[in-house]
Amino acid sequence: MPKVCYTQPDGTERVVEAEVGDSVMQAAVRNGVPGILGQCGGSLSCATCHVFLDERHADDFPPVGEDEDDMLDVAATDRADNSRLSCQLVLAAGQEVHVTIPETQL
Amino acid sequence: MSTGHLLVVGAGQAGAQLVSSARDLGWAGPVTLVGQEPHAPYSRPPLSKAVLRGQATVESLALRSPAFYRDQHVDLVLDERVTRLELSGTGSGTAVAASGRSWEFDRLALATGAEPRRLDLAGADLDGVVVLRDLADAEALARRLDVADLVVVGGGFIGLEVAATAAAAGVRVTVVEAGPSLMGRVVSPVTAELVRAAHQDAGVRVLTGARPLRFCGDRGSVAAVELADGTRLPAGLVLVGVGARPRDDLARAAGLRCDGGVVVDAFSRASDGHTLAVGDCADLPDPTPGSDRRLRLESVDNAVEQAKAAATTLVGDPRPYTGVPWFWSDQGSLKIQIAGLAHPDDEVVLRPGERPGRFTALRYRGDRLTAAECVNAPADFMVVRKALAQGRAVSRAEAADAGVPLKKLLA
Ligand SMILES: Cc1cc2nc3c(=O)[nH]c(=O)nc-3n(C[C@H](O)[C@H](O)[C@H](O)COP(=O)(O)OP(=O)(O)OC[C@H]3O[C@@H](n4cnc5c(N)ncnc54)[C@H](O)[C@@H]3O)c2cc1C
Repeated sequence: MPKVCYTQPDGTERVVEAEVGDSVMQAAVRNGVPGILGQCGGSLSCATCHVFLDERHADDFPPVGEDEDDMLDVAATDRADNSRLSCQLVLAAGQEVHVTIPETQL
Repeated sequence: MSTGHLLVVGAGQAGAQLVSSARDLGWAGPVTLVGQEPHAPYSRPPLSKAVLRGQATVESLALRSPAFYRDQHVDLVLDERVTRLELSGTGSGTAVAASGRSWEFDRLALATGAEPRRLDLAGADLDGVVVLRDLADAEALARRLDVADLVVVGGGFIGLEVAATAAAAGVRVTVVEAGPSLMGRVVSPVTAELVRAAHQDAGVRVLTGARPLRFCGDRGSVAAVELADGTRLPAGLVLVGVGARPRDDLARAAGLRCDGGVVVDAFSRASDGHTLAVGDCADLPDPTPGSDRRLRLESVDNAVEQAKAAATTLVGDPRPYTGVPWFWSDQGSLKIQIAGLAHPDDEVVLRPGERPGRFTALRYRGDRLTAAECVNAPADFMVVRKALAQGRAVSRAEAADAGVPLKKLLA
């Protein structure tokens, strides 16, 4: 099972066991991890699932797409080099991912 | 009083959020979430897209995992329809289901959603005249999409989403809209026309100012739709998408004030001052800062954000629900995103995109930006949502210059 470790802006951590094929966004929302809203369900319409992806996983996922790039540029919390929309981070078997949740999504 | 029994009636988008947020904020007592559908709370937007394409499962639509309800000690009760409420006047009471099962509660929240309006026309009860709200509706619709001709009655969001999905699957689709333009008064005429053109390019026939008169059957199944002007449209399947009615019957029968929805204040409290109502079933003060109108909102954003705010009321630290409402609708190749609520007579500043099929219509009241209708322009949507949320001005004169990216105007 893939695992995702979510770090809140205040430093508290929570590890969630996800299903293969779930996105980092879905794993958070389904398990009630606060701070990732994912309102549009992953259709790249809302940008409420912004996360900072730990640099060591940067190459484990497909690069930032065009719409994702556009939306991150104007995200509610300022973009950093490792910003991603977590609906685009789809988990594979055995994968372990660390992300940090921004201050605000809206 | 966050130790009593919280009962939430309606296990949908708003109900799921309310129980989550109540726990996040420290509600320590028992929590029961009762829903009439056989499924745990799920996401409805894919019902008009992925589900019709056969690309979604109950599990993939689930808003929370089974582990969530277990770990958070939320008693999720499915397949039970609450038919009666007895309210004590101080927040507590009893809810009774059709099965006879009942729950005593210390605090009650209604999250019953809305149900599709039906047309009172001859033949409306023929087999093949359907509506779309629930997973069961979507699965039934998906099974029937092998027809040659689909007629969609109503050119609103859901009707257009289904029209686009069906057309892409090779069905001949006609959209019949009674009003002069698509998507009613929700978007500007400019946006409505551009969206209409895109649907027509994708092969969908769009008739505006067209009124269905009756549905004609062949051995109990629908075969055609007859319009007021005499036109007869062949139809193996008819989707009626003419809006939704809030499910406020329970509340009304229990003596709570209802006026096209359960009337609530900014803290989501109904007229008894205790019962909460959230999501599609509520008639609420517009959460937009500075607005003083009342309205009903049917969107995921509202269901989630109102429920979050309502949870603060539950735990005795009430914060009013404020925010910039927003909405999206995926219609085939069109990603429509709307930030803010425009008045129908707000003016339009059109910003054509750098490629066809992409544009943003900004809505202004005088010099004040009120909303944006973005089509395949997610960056513009983000800028406007942020500007409205932060109360920042976007000058009308500057915005009219489509050569300058909107995001530059916020810098
Ligand atoms: C096909 C479709 C596409 C959509 N697309 C979008 C979109 O793209 N973007 C967007 O923002 N919004 C969209 N929406 C709207 C969005 O899904 C709703 O606004 C949202 O689901 C409202 O949440 P809710 O909890 O108020 O109601 P619901 O999600 O409808 O949940 C209410 C639940 O309560 C149950 N219930 C009602 N009465 C009782 C009772 N007496 N006892 C027990 N249970 C009861 C109902 O059966 C239902 O399960 C779409 C809706 C549909 C139907």
